[in-house]
Amino acid sequence: MEVKVKILRFNPETDKRPHYQTFRVEAEPTDRVLDLLEKIKGYQDGSLAFRRSCAHGICGSDAMRINGMNRLACKTLVKDLGKATITVEPLLGLPLIKDLIVDMEPFFEHYESVMPYLVNDEPPPLKERLQSPEERERFDDTTKCILCAACTTSCPSFWANGRYVGPAAIVNAHRFIFDSRDRAAAERLRILSDQFGVYRCHTIFNCTLACPRDIQITKAIGEVKKAIATGSLD
Amino acid sequence: MRFHQFDVVVVGAGGAGLMAALYASKTATTAVISKLYPSRSHTGTAQGGVGAALGNLEEDHPEWHTFDTIKGSDYLGDQDAIEFMCNEAVRAVYELEHMGLPFSRTPDGRIAQRPFGGHTNNITGKPVRRSCYAADRTGHMILQTLYQQCIKNNVTFFDEFQVLDLILVNGVAQGVVAIELATSEIHVFHANAVILATGGHGRIWKITSNAYALTGDGIAIALRRGLPAEDMEFFQFHPTGIYKLGILITEGVRGEGGVLINGQGERFMERYAPRVKDLASRDVVSRAMYLEMREGRGIDGKDYLYLDVRPETVNKFAALDGRTRPDGSPYRVTAEEILSKLPDIIDFCRTYLGIDPVQQPMPVQPTAHYAMGGIPTNRFGEVVIDEKNKVLPGLYAAGETACVSVHGANRLGTNSLLDLLVFGKYAGLKAAEYACQTQFHNLPKDVADFALEQLDSLRRCKGEGERVSVIAEEMKEVMMEHVGVFRTAEGMQQALTKLKELKERFRNLKLDDCGKVFNTELLNAWEIGNLLDLALVTTASALARKESRGAHAREDYPKRDDKNWLKHTLAWLEENGEVKLRYKPVVITKYPPKERSY
Repeated sequence: MEVKVKILRFNPETDKRPHYQTFRVEAEPTDRVLDLLEKIKGYQDGSLAFRRSCAHGICGSDAMRINGMNRLACKTLVKDLGKATITVEPLLGLPLIKDLIVDMEPFFEHYESVMPYLVNDEPPPLKERLQSPEERERFDDTTKCILCAACTTSCPSFWANGRYVGPAAIVNAHRFIFDSRDRAAAERLRILSDQFGVYRCHTIFNCTLACPRDIQITKAIGEVKKAIATGSLD
Repeated sequence: MRFHQFDVVVVGAGGAGLMAALYASKTATTAVISKLYPSRSHTGTAQGGVGAALGNLEEDHPEWHTFDTIKGSDYLGDQDAIEFMCNEAVRAVYELEHMGLPFSRTPDGRIAQRPFGGHTNNITGKPVRRSCYAADRTGHMILQTLYQQCIKNNVTFFDEFQVLDLILVNGVAQGVVAIELATSEIHVFHANAVILATGGHGRIWKITSNAYALTGDGIAIALRRGLPAEDMEFFQFHPTGIYKLGILITEGVRGEGGVLINGQGERFMERYAPRVKDLASRDVVSRAMYLEMREGRGIDGKDYLYLDVRPETVNKFAALDGRTRPDGSPYRVTAEEILSKLPDIIDFCRTYLGIDPVQQPMPVQPTAHYAMGGIPTNRFGEVVIDEKNKVLPGLYAAGETACVSVHGANRLGTNSLLDLLVFGKYAGLKAAEYACQTQFHNLPKDVADFALEQLDSLRRCKGEGERVSVIAEEMKEVMMEHVGVFRTAEGMQQALTKLKELKERFRNLKLDDCGKVFNTELLNAWEIGNLLDLALVTTASALARKESRGAHAREDYPKRDDKNWLKHTLAWLEENGEVKLRYKPVVITKYPPKERSY
């Protein structure tokens, strides 16, 4: 079958503003949108720029807007879109660099701001620290994050003010706040109770819908809000 | 052009690179240069676990792990290095846990372990639970944990920088030349120690589990600087890639009781590996699958088979095998247990195949997966450059890029994550120790010229040449056809001729992008050039080795030949495009080579 792929193009070296360009591609219904982009780049226009690596939804490189929704191009199949024309645009809310590539630096700065690492200065035992399956389960969902930015760049609060840490950073804070081995929950909660922290979340749920890993992001943010409000992790 | 100076530079930010950076940065100024953001690295896609004889669920010993790895390597692995790795494994896994890695847990809160191919109880010969796992996303957790620790320890990152060349001054490593993707600006990193950790090169083949980024950059750079590559003919085909896509389905599926089924509904591995069956090592299983398909026993006669993890199938065969839980009760699973232990596999199947693996079997075929060969190193990660293991001062390599050799002719599942942890750590420690007691050499004025020449030769915009994607496709086809699971002299000779033709055509490309900002077309072309060089070296090494050992299976020489071929290949790529081969002995300590059966 032939598919039309309408891509928002922008070359900062020659273009004043972004414009759409439509390509016609021969495709199988089971092709990934990433396969279509590769066909265009490989055989029609080598200058098309996008990030990609693992091509199966684990590395988080190829988050973009596909038919208006934030998705991974490698996890979206032609048959799932059910339209003759597929529209592909860069993520919103981060500075556009070229075609489908946006500047990820602000996103990673927010990530780093929430202490996304285990803090525990007690001398470790000779073997593993013990953690029950229940304790491990408590933060399982938020360990799945691949830092693709699909959630943060789908959030209207983030669009309105880029200083908001955004859902991905909160997800990664949650992953440590609720880890029984960690000792810095109070500090992270203090960071997230800032004016650009969790209270910028207005439970719009765009993030949860956008997450390619099906993380219950709004729920996780809610749990962090509750921990701040009650001062308790239970 | 911009200049930077560090004691140590690490090239690549996967598991090996991050582990090296974490250790080097404790005592030396350290920069990590990576073409991807670290969290995009391919370590993140490893699924089933990291091998270590913790013995959390049953008796196990590092000595058993050592023997299994040597046997798995078809006796081509260096036994001193293997023993070192398997002894270090236990500490490495506890260390990761202390860094925060969220392992799955046993009911009493210890690290959970599962069986994996080729890992056995050395007394009974039965599979042993040695793979330490975090569901089926162990690699993701390792990559995340190491990246998190690097952030905590303020490691300096140069993300989205492509390293193009290695700087050697008077036979000593003195840094690297890189291009910044966002601007095309050239950066010279002057350093007393360079650690290459650029991962594998599975993109040589058509069906692969490997990311687009896995183009063997580190090995190609080293070859162009006159250094050898070791044992390149040994490339692992993982038995279970998703049909046509090549996406990895972890061996952990078989560890949890899944079985391979042919078109006649038969569990054929019983015929090839009577004791451990579906948990034989990967080379054995991939070959068995090819033979089944060649005999017309693929599903509907086609080139795929089923991997079946439906609870009724698992329970039927577990009962026939007499498999038990650690407490002695019969091994029986429910759909819920499968779902909780293999969530990502279930997700892949739903997304790409539209099937639910607890209700339907998965169509699979062998997929190019892992390079056993690479840049030769000793067990401290120091790069060695001849048959006598002469060290090149200041140059280190670790992870899939390197060949220690701990995997020999065939790697066991879970040993790749172990390799990158252990040798990443020691490369980092050694590099920092060396760099801090060494003076910088002056860099020559033309230090970036070789890198610039390579790009300029590709950058002939609006030329009459052909698209690089056409060349890449032809390379992948010919390598899959003739330098895959089974090989013959005739086929490999054809591949060699074809690769030389492709290298010639590669000199006349047509590129659309003449810009400086994220010129990914130019850099992709450079990467394809790397793959072509590695394909050539792989094929030449394979053609010369007239025996079958581990992943290198020749139909014209079906037997292992220890008398003539118990030795490592060293391959140099000469300037005229020819491959020069020499050999060095295998280190054998306690385990004399024996016939290998599962």
